[in-house]
Amino acid sequence: MQFMLLFSRQGKLRLQKWYVPLSDKEKKKITRELVQTVLARKPKMCSFLEWRDLKIVYKRYASLYFCCAIEDQDNELITLEIIHRYVELLDKYFGSVCELDIIFNFEKAYFILDEFLLGGEAQETSKKNVLKAIEQADLLQEVSHHEACIAPSGNAFLTQHSSFLIHEPTLNSHILITRNMCS
Amino acid sequence: MALKIVKGSIDRMFDKNLQDLVRGIRNHKEDEAKYISTCIDEIKQELKQDNIAVKANAVCKLTYLQMLGYDISWAAFNIVEVMSSSKFTYKRIGYLAASQCFHEGTDVIMLTTNQIRKDLSSPNQYDTGVALTGLSCFVTPDLARDLANDIMTLMSHTKPYIRKKAVLIMYKVFLKYPESLRPAFPRLKEKLEDPDPGVQSAAVNVICELARRNPKNYLSLAPLFFKLMTSSTNNWVLIKIIKLFGALTPLEPRLGKKLIEPLTNLIHRLVITLHRASVEKNVCLIGLVLPIVCVCVCVSNAVLISLSSGMPNHSASIQTVPHCLYVSLVTVKYLGLLAMSKILKTHPKSVQSHKDLILQCLDDKDESIRLRALDLLYGMVSKKNLMEIVKKLMLHVDKAEGTTYRDELLTKIIDICSQSNYQYITNFEWYISILVELTRLEGTRHGHLIASQMLDVAIRVKAIRGFAVAQMAMLLDSGHLLTGNMQRNGICEVLYAAAWICGEFSEHLDDPMQTLEAMLRPKVASLPGHIQAVYVQNAAKLFATVLQKHEGATDSQAAQDTSQLLIERLPLFVQSANLEVQERASCILQLVKYIQKLQQKDVEVAEEVSALFAGELNPVAPKAQKKVPVPEGLDLDAWINEPPSESESEDEKPKAVFAKEEPKQSRARHIEVDEKELARRREARKQEQANNPFYIKSSPSSQKVYQDAPGVEHIPVVQIDLSVPLKVPGMPMSEQYLKLEEERRQKERADKKKKDKKKKKREKRGKGKRDDSGPESEEDITPAHQVDIVTEEMPENALPSDDDDKDPNDPHKALDIDLDKYVPSAENTLHKVTVCMLHAEKQGDLSITRHFLVFLVPLLVQKSLKNKKKKQKKEKDEKKKKKRHHHHHHHGDGGGGDSVQNGTVEEEEEEEPLPVSRFLPITEQKNTVYDIQGNLQDGSQVVVSVIFENKSNSFLKSMEFNVLDSLNSKLQRPEGASPHDGLVVPFQLPPGVSNEARFVFSVQSIVMPQKLKGTLTFIVKSEDSSTHEKLDFKLHFTCTSYLITTPCYSDAYAKLLESGDLKSSSLKLEGLNMPFHHLLARICFHHHFSVVERIDSCASMYSRSIQGHHVCLLVKTVSS
Repeated sequence: MQFMLLFSRQGKLRLQKWYVPLSDKEKKKITRELVQTVLARKPKMCSFLEWRDLKIVYKRYASLYFCCAIEDQDNELITLEIIHRYVELLDKYFGSVCELDIIFNFEKAYFILDEFLLGGEAQETSKKNVLKAIEQADLLQEVSHHEACIAPSGNAFLTQHSSFLIHEPTLNSHILITRNMCS
Repeated sequence: MALKIVKGSIDRMFDKNLQDLVRGIRNHKEDEAKYISTCIDEIKQELKQDNIAVKANAVCKLTYLQMLGYDISWAAFNIVEVMSSSKFTYKRIGYLAASQCFHEGTDVIMLTTNQIRKDLSSPNQYDTGVALTGLSCFVTPDLARDLANDIMTLMSHTKPYIRKKAVLIMYKVFLKYPESLRPAFPRLKEKLEDPDPGVQSAAVNVICELARRNPKNYLSLAPLFFKLMTSSTNNWVLIKIIKLFGALTPLEPRLGKKLIEPLTNLIHRLVITLHRASVEKNVCLIGLVLPIVCVCVCVSNAVLISLSSGMPNHSASIQTVPHCLYVSLVTVKYLGLLAMSKILKTHPKSVQSHKDLILQCLDDKDESIRLRALDLLYGMVSKKNLMEIVKKLMLHVDKAEGTTYRDELLTKIIDICSQSNYQYITNFEWYISILVELTRLEGTRHGHLIASQMLDVAIRVKAIRGFAVAQMAMLLDSGHLLTGNMQRNGICEVLYAAAWICGEFSEHLDDPMQTLEAMLRPKVASLPGHIQAVYVQNAAKLFATVLQKHEGATDSQAAQDTSQLLIERLPLFVQSANLEVQERASCILQLVKYIQKLQQKDVEVAEEVSALFAGELNPVAPKAQKKVPVPEGLDLDAWINEPPSESESEDEKPKAVFAKEEPKQSRARHIEVDEKELARRREARKQEQANNPFYIKSSPSSQKVYQDAPGVEHIPVVQIDLSVPLKVPGMPMSEQYLKLEEERRQKERADKKKKDKKKKKREKRGKGKRDDSGPESEEDITPAHQVDIVTEEMPENALPSDDDDKDPNDPHKALDIDLDKYVPSAENTLHKVTVCMLHAEKQGDLSITRHFLVFLVPLLVQKSLKNKKKKQKKEKDEKKKKKRHHHHHHHGDGGGGDSVQNGTVEEEEEEEPLPVSRFLPITEQKNTVYDIQGNLQDGSQVVVSVIFENKSNSFLKSMEFNVLDSLNSKLQRPEGASPHDGLVVPFQLPPGVSNEARFVFSVQSIVMPQKLKGTLTFIVKSEDSSTHEKLDFKLHFTCTSYLITTPCYSDAYAKLLESGDLKSSSLKLEGLNMPFHHLLARICFHHHFSVVERIDSCASMYSRSIQGHHVCLLVKTVSS
């Protein structure tokens, strides 16, 4: 896989992961072009399109487009499956994920992706293992935060902002996607 | 009070975490850019603080802003800081930011090497994991080289979590640093049988990716993969393995036979699942099942090729795939088409029967589907259905809205028709009319494509010329191509072909006079220059034809009228801005004027004029020039004259008359000229023009001048009514041909039947039918005319090689390494001596080469001396420290030194692996000579002896010698030491004393030169202080280092040469001006050769590597 983009229906980029070294300028150009092309397609159209010498595999989940670029010889269906698997992972992690979860916890979304894919290849096909790894890493993070808090120089304000995991009530009221949209 | 303010501001700063930033951006929809710029200012403030938590928070926000498209490269250093935090929370954020914004050009990447290495060996698996993940995004060749060894160690980590990541990242490392593939491969292979399924699948992934590019090197793994395939239940792994077999089977036909059984089982299983599953409900299932079907089909095709027999089970999958097409789900439809295109290659018939279905897909709203269907059509056409398919496609061309899709259709039509040398075209008149119809497309980019087809057909199919010329004349005449915006409209390219065909084959024209007139219309002047040029040239050809026609006729008026016409119209082209047009036009104009004079004297000129254009032009294959073999003895790369020196050529380039190869540079030079200079020149030019009586000052456009000229009004300018339908009147419609063809075929069939009835006993004409799927076979369709397709000319004894399509920049090319064999190549070491090297390859396989032997390693120490002096010390002049390191080297090289002049001086020497004496600019104070001795010892390692000499006035102690291990060579450390620990040098050095220390290295392969980076740390103790100092150096192991001087007798030498076991290669060197015996002595001394025999300026030499490779060397000097 060459890269993965997540963008909203309005064309706002929500997540990008590049597995090929490109300059920022090129990345921006590609992103702009692709977002336009994909958004122009109608909902009943298929998930694949040929673009330059790459194949683009995309899928829309509620208001978010997940879009991957693969090489000519790669398998479109595995890619589609990877997208779906990633959505499932996000869903499991956030508990019925919505676009706002990804916006506000974008680094978490990246961490999950990194546990799932590495260098553009699927590294772990078991959902359970990915989530376990993420949970443990988060736990580690919590611990280190905790340590920071009880450290002599630690200020109380740190505790207020340490909990990335706790959803704000406003977020929950915004939840748009439900499980049935993912399957 | 003040404290409160400070605290408040700190609080506020902390307040804005990522969530606040995101919320803020969402609340400032109108002035987002402004809001973000204030945020960035805040972030800059935060980054200046010492608190790592604040920094990490800032970096996290920056990562978000980077996604929104803001440049954060300025914060690269801060990112590195956050990466090196000891807390996982921050480290994670740092690595995320780095993976998002670092790329090969980021210079701080160099600073990260040690940090990453530290994280890789961290006891916390998540630290390691996060470092690996980050590295996978920004690995550079340098990082890959330096870290390959560490990652390789991680491949056998105790935790599968790390192993998995390490295995996957190795692929990225291979791409960046191909040398690492060979040493890492055995371990990678081991991982295929790892107990953890995740690691196993990662290893399968990596090897499949590698094998896909260079399959032949991985054939030996086939049995292992076969085992995996039959045992694995993981669909992801299965898909990869099947894909790998797809790449391997064409190389090893026997593999195909073995695969049939498991694959058919698999297909059976899947087909059953596919039938059972309700397609609409469960796309996901199809998602996993179908690729296997597709891939299986693909592999079994390869199998089929090797077996050249049908496989009954195979049809089951083919049956299933079209089944999917009826499903309304577009995705499945797409996949069905995709699968069909794979089946098509070997089973065209089974796909052809779904022709209508595929044609229907052309009507689909989705462009992806249409393009897939088009791809399929390309492979489906036959003589029988070509016309029908193209007719359908033409309908789509008319209907298509988007220009991109229409262009795609157009190219596909042409591709389909012209494929394999017009194999499927039975009626070229039909094809020409299709091409003519395609010219009605406005705004297409592919005008030149149509034009080249027209030219190709007209030139190569002689029988069609008459018809083609008539059509082209009509195109020229109708002028519909001349309307619209010429510059934008690519279709006018067609006129290029039309004009050329009419001119070249003008003997077929009915009314050359009319065509000539059409070609000289004033509107032509609005065409692009290269087309006008063709018009002018071919007008002359037509002129010749007209003259010839009227020659001998009683009244010469017609011929004279023609000349008059040309003389009247050509001046328009003479004024053209295009140089080519101008030149041709004025040349022809003068010619015609001369002819007119002759005509007035009643001289017969037609013969001579047409002699100007006599002779047939033959088509030449596009690659013909490349294929001309280079005659023996001609070296195209050799300089004819001495190459100019670098600096000179730089200056002379713009002056060169034919400076063709560097047009960009010359343009750049023009740009460099500044505005002032330009203005000055402009002024000067204007002045000059004003004074020049021959210069026409700012005249009205050339066209206007022409229209004012007398005798033009009577020219009939065709008015084009734009409301008329696009069908060009008078043009034959291709559909007619379809009908005609049908009738013709019907008639033929009927005739045939009659004949068959009459002569029942006679055998049928068909010689063995290939295709009898339809009511009439391919063989029975006879072409409408006897067509002779002239093949393109190729030079005699052209080279058949056709591999010029390979991309030399493909990173995978470097990974084409034969992994089963160590192929020694020692050539690269002796690159400065004129040698003819015969290299012996003692069938050394992996196990032998792995044996560590003892040998001598001469080292060249390259060092960059870094000597920091504090300023206070500098003031005390007499206390100048002269620290010198003396490494001994039996090559007697010069070395660098340290400086005391200024605070910090860094000196870096060029690496110079060759034993050629080198003298660096040396000042009195800092003369450092070093010398290294290698020693031979027992065991499986290399021993390197280094002699340290202290040339300074201070006492040196606590020296520690450390080398960065590479994959091939490793410093042997005491047991229990980590691979990054240094070795303590067991002595201290008083001023002026030297001592020798020995270090043991283990070396894997002796056939590649090696450079090892290292550092020597030590404490400099002077009378009143002691400082810690560091000295970087490089150890250079060249291939000849592994040679052992071995005497050889000439008869044994001759036998060795005769045996034919030696591989040879040679190279030539210039600019050597030392005496020959010196040269030999040097080779003997530094490269451990012995002279076998010497005759005049020619010597044969011999040496043996520590692994027993024979190396024979022939050295010759050529006097020049």
